[in-house]
Amino acid sequence: MIYWQIFKTFFKIGLFNFGGGYPMISFIQNEVVFKYGWLNNAEFTDIVAVSQMTPGPVGINMATYTGYAASDSVWGAALATFAVCLPSFVVMILIARYFLKYQDHPCVKAVFRGLRPAIIGLIAAAALLLCDGENFVDIKSYFIFALSFLLVFKYKCHPIMLILLAGATGLICY
Amino acid sequence: MKFYIDLFFIFFKIGAFTLGGGYAMLPLIEAEIVTKHKWISPKEFLDLTAMAQAAPGILAVNMAIFVGYKLRSFLGAAVATLGAVLPSFVIILLIALFFHNFRENPIVERIFKGIRPAVVALIAVPVFRLSRSAGITWKTFWIVPLCALAVWWAKISPVYVVLAAGIGGYVCCRKGEK
Repeated sequence: MIYWQIFKTFFKIGLFNFGGGYPMISFIQNEVVFKYGWLNNAEFTDIVAVSQMTPGPVGINMATYTGYAASDSVWGAALATFAVCLPSFVVMILIARYFLKYQDHPCVKAVFRGLRPAIIGLIAAAALLLCDGENFVDIKSYFIFALSFLLVFKYKCHPIMLILLAGATGLICY
Repeated sequence: MKFYIDLFFIFFKIGAFTLGGGYAMLPLIEAEIVTKHKWISPKEFLDLTAMAQAAPGILAVNMAIFVGYKLRSFLGAAVATLGAVLPSFVIILLIALFFHNFRENPIVERIFKGIRPAVVALIAVPVFRLSRSAGITWKTFWIVPLCALAVWWAKISPVYVVLAAGIGGYVCCRKGEK
């Protein structure tokens, strides 16, 4: 029964995936391409590319697309998306409950005092990891980057506004 | 009821305009939830990011669940998650059903050449903006570049960085008390 396999696979991916969308790609590839053979590698690469180009979390896009491609139905897509979110739902609500209850406890406060600078470091790393030849194709890319930074940091431009402006700039300049 | 509709549409908006992975969602969540609606403080936003990163699953979904739960318990979590996921779901289905060659479309490619560097800038901004809320002092400043290097250069999984930082914070503060 393909639907049960889809549910099981994506539940597992949601439960054991740590550290964001990019590790998830190889995890999904392992299950969907190598283990079950629902898709071949070229189809999978296309799905990765489309998932990164379309709005929304990469993990959700991948789940929706592979669920659809594996079962050839909208239900497969819905089931995969639901299954990948389910473990998060349980784990995050447990964490949220305990955090909201104990956030003023000195031990919890101490832990978060160490975590906050680390998270800033992680966000910096995410930006650094994206500084590659795929995102910066030529000198114009650097202008767009600098201008975007200035607009958001100094002039408090809303991120949605910035995405729209940058898209329009790309359409005109390339 | 109106609150749930607001919550749904805010996360719908966040889901619809996040391009390029979970971290790209952080500036959007910050702009909407922290700056505009003031539902959580900048400090809580950092704590929440740490927890969402340490928990399994998709960062953006974890953030939506936490914010929703904090504001309106279970139903809030469900509504926020649905809002964050729905744009992805609809857009991907439309592409899967009708636009197989979306990727090769030259207009799409041009638009994305403009958007990609802007997304990098969008992620870079909170690094500077949130530093004050993080309570960073001269004593803790080194943690920021160290963690950035650990992930960027040494390719250590962010999960381990979060765990190490949490344990480090606990140990140092206990020592400080004595």
